[in-house]
Amino acid sequence: MTFIPPEILSEKAHSLFEQYAEKVSELKVKDRIKIPVQEMPSQDPKVRAHNLEEVAIGYTAEEAQIEAMRCIQCPTQNCVGDCPVNINVPLFIKFTAEGEFQQAVNVIKETSLLPSICGRVCPQETQCQLHCSVGKVFKTVDKSVSIGRLERFVADWEREQGKIEIPKVKPETGKKVAVVGSGPAGLVVAADVRREGHSVTIFEAFHKLGGVMRYGIPEFRLPNEIVDKEIETLEKMGVEIKTNFVVGKTRKLADLFAKDGYDAAFVGTGAGLPIFMGIDGENLIGVFSANEYLTRANLMRAFDREHADTPTYKSKVVAVLGGGNVAMDSARMALRLGAEKVYVVYRRTEKEMPARNEEIAHAKEEGVEFLFLQNAKRVLGDDKSRVIGLECLRYELGEPDKSGRRRPVAIEGSEFVLDVDTVIVAIGNNSNPLISATTPEIKTNRWGNIIVNEDQKTSMDKVYAGGDIVLGAATVILAMGEGRKAAASINELLAKEIAEGK
Amino acid sequence: MSKILYKEQLSNAVFLMRLDAPLIAEERKAGQFIILQVDEDYGERIPLTIADADTEEGSITIIFQVVGKTTDELSRMNVGDEIPVLVGPLGNATHIEKYGTVVCVGGGIGVAPMHPIAQAMKAAGNKVIIIMGARTKELIIMEEEMKKVADELIVVTDDGSYGRKGLVTEPLKEICERVPKPDMAIAIGPPIMMKFCALTTKPYKVYTEVSLNTIMVDGTGMCGGCRVNVGGEAKFVCVDGPEFDGHLVDFDNMMARLGEFKDIEHEKHECYVEALTEAKILEDESKEKKQ
Repeated sequence: MTFIPPEILSEKAHSLFEQYAEKVSELKVKDRIKIPVQEMPSQDPKVRAHNLEEVAIGYTAEEAQIEAMRCIQCPTQNCVGDCPVNINVPLFIKFTAEGEFQQAVNVIKETSLLPSICGRVCPQETQCQLHCSVGKVFKTVDKSVSIGRLERFVADWEREQGKIEIPKVKPETGKKVAVVGSGPAGLVVAADVRREGHSVTIFEAFHKLGGVMRYGIPEFRLPNEIVDKEIETLEKMGVEIKTNFVVGKTRKLADLFAKDGYDAAFVGTGAGLPIFMGIDGENLIGVFSANEYLTRANLMRAFDREHADTPTYKSKVVAVLGGGNVAMDSARMALRLGAEKVYVVYRRTEKEMPARNEEIAHAKEEGVEFLFLQNAKRVLGDDKSRVIGLECLRYELGEPDKSGRRRPVAIEGSEFVLDVDTVIVAIGNNSNPLISATTPEIKTNRWGNIIVNEDQKTSMDKVYAGGDIVLGAATVILAMGEGRKAAASINELLAKEIAEGK
Repeated sequence: MSKILYKEQLSNAVFLMRLDAPLIAEERKAGQFIILQVDEDYGERIPLTIADADTEEGSITIIFQVVGKTTDELSRMNVGDEIPVLVGPLGNATHIEKYGTVVCVGGGIGVAPMHPIAQAMKAAGNKVIIIMGARTKELIIMEEEMKKVADELIVVTDDGSYGRKGLVTEPLKEICERVPKPDMAIAIGPPIMMKFCALTTKPYKVYTEVSLNTIMVDGTGMCGGCRVNVGGEAKFVCVDGPEFDGHLVDFDNMMARLGEFKDIEHEKHECYVEALTEAKILEDESKEKKQ
C-alpha cells in the first residue's frame, strides 16, 4: 500500500461520480465490478507519525457513494451472516449508493448501536468483507466492498449533521440493572436495557468511561470525541453513571442486590491483566506492558506532556513484543511519543500476525520496522537497572500446531542483541480477577474467564456477563454482540418478573 | 468526588486529611489503599494507604508526605474542597490472626497505615510491640494513638532528638533475640527501611510482612506497572498485595523501579515550583502596588 494524498483520491472519485451518479439504479453487475476500490483517505504518514490526529480521515460523500455502487446486491448476502450483530449490510449500502445516508444509518442502528466505533475498529477483512461476492470475483478480500469504511462514513455523517436520534425509552418499570464496566459490551447492555424502561447504572473503575476504547485504542485510531458522543447519548436516555467505583472492592457484587436493590447485573469487566513473557530482565526499568504504556498515553493523556502529570518514558529505540492490534497501537504510539526507531518483534511471519491488515500497513507506512521470526530471550540492563538491549533468538517455521498455524521453532545459537532502551510487552491479557476473586458464586474457567450459558448467564442468579471477561481478549464487535445477547436475556428476565408481579 | 472534611498539618511536610467516602469507609479493612487524582483530566493517579475510617461520619483518613506535584497540590487543598477522583478500597486486607507476639515497625509516615493493623492485631489477642522511627523529633507522628495500642512502645530517631538514637533495626534485632522470639513482624515505611527490617529478622526466622507502595496507574491489575519480584515471581502489588513476605521481596529491583520516572518528574517538579514562585512574586508585586 502506497500513500495517495486525499485530494487525489477525492478528485478521482469526483470524476467517477459525474459518470455514474445519474444512473445508479441502472448499473449492471459488470459495471459495478469495474468500479475501482475507493481507498481510505488518510493523513500523510510522515506527518501523522508525530501527531495524535486520526490517521484515517474518512470518505467524502462522493467516495462513499462510489464505493457503495460496487456492491452488486448479491443474493448470498454472506456479509450479513459474517457480521457478529447481523447488520443488513446490502440494504444500508444500497441507501448509501443512492445518497440516502440517514436511511442507511438507520438500517445499521437496527442491530448495531455504535457504528462510528465499529466502522473504525472492526476487523472487517475477517468478518463481513471476508466472503464478499465482489472480493470473490477478484479472488482477494482486498477487493471486497469496503463495508467498514461505509459504515463509518454514514455514522460520522449523522453525527456531523447533529442528527443523532436519542433512542426512545419505554415507560419506567421500576426495575434496576447494574452494568459493571463501561467498555463496548457494557455500553450496549446499558442502551438495550434502558430502552425497555428499566433503570440502569453503569459502574466504571476509572474516572472516564469507555473501557478499552478509552484507555487502550489510541486517539489516532478512535478519537475520544466519538466515544464521548456515544456516552452522551446514553446519558440523554437517562442511564446513571458512577465512575471511580470498583465493583468487588467499593461494593461487592452481591451487595448491589442485597443492599442497593438491583434486580439484575451485567459483568463486562474485560481482559485486563497483562501477560508478561516470563523472561529475565522483564522487571527492568523501561519494560512496560502494552496496557500500561497505552493507558498512560491515552487515558492519562501523557502524550500532552505540557499539561499531563502522568509521565511517559523517554525512549529512543523501542521494541514491541507481539503481533496483534495492541502491538501495532503500542508501536505507533511510541513513534508519536518521540521514539526515533520502533521495532515490532514477532516470532512467526507476517501472514500469521493477528493484527488487522490495515494496522500493519499503517505501521509500516509510518516507519515501524518488523522483525519476523524473531523472539525476545531476555532483556539486558545497565547498573542502574535500565534497559540497554534485548537479546533475541531467530526462529523458523516448523509443523502446523493445533490452530493450523506453523509452529515457530527457535534456531539454536542464533542469539543477537537489539539495541533498545524500551521494551513493550503486547502478548495478550488474562481476565481481570477482581469480580471473580470477590464473588465466589461466579464460576470461571482456568484462564479466569467467566463461564456463561447461551443466554450469557453466569452461575450466579440474575448475573450475566459478556465481552472479553468471557471471551478472553477479543474484539469490540464481539463484545457488542455478547452485550446484545445479555441485554435481551436481562430484558426477558425482568419482563417475566413484572408479568408475575414480582 | 470526595470532599475534604478535616485537614491537619502533622509536621512540615506531612498532612492528615479526613475525606468524605462512605462506601470506602464501610468496606475498607486494615492494609488497604485508595488511589486519588487532584485533577480529573490531567492529574496522575497516586496510591495512598488508608490510615483509618469512621463509618459513622462516612469518612476515611489519609496521611501523606509531600514528595511530588500531586501530594503538593493535595496539601494545598482545604476543608470543603473536592478531590475529583478517589477510588478504593484497593488491594488485599492484612491477614489478622492470633500469632502471639507481633512486632510492628513503622518508619516515617509508615506509622499511619500501621495504626489500624496494630489495632486489629491487638484486638485479635496478640501482644503488640511497636517500634516507631523517624529522622528527627519533628517527624514523629501519632505517638499518642500508638501508645494506646502498644503493650510496649519504642521510639527512635536518627539524630537522637527524641526517644532512642538510632535506626528501627536496632531495637528490632534486640526483640528478635529475646526468648521466646516474636511470632511475626510487620514493617511499613520507606523501602530501604523495610529491606533492612527483613534482613534483620531473617536470621531469626521471624516471618516478616512488608507493605509495598509502588508506581501504579489503575490499581486494579490492569497495567502491571506495580510489579515486584517476590521469590523469583512477578507479583502485582495492587491485586496480589500490597503485603508480601519481606524475606522474598527483591527490594533492590523495587527501589530501582520506584525511580523509573525520577528524571522526568524532577524536571516537571522544577517547572512547577518555578511557576509557583513566579505566581507568588506576581501576587506580592500586585499587593505592593495596591498598597
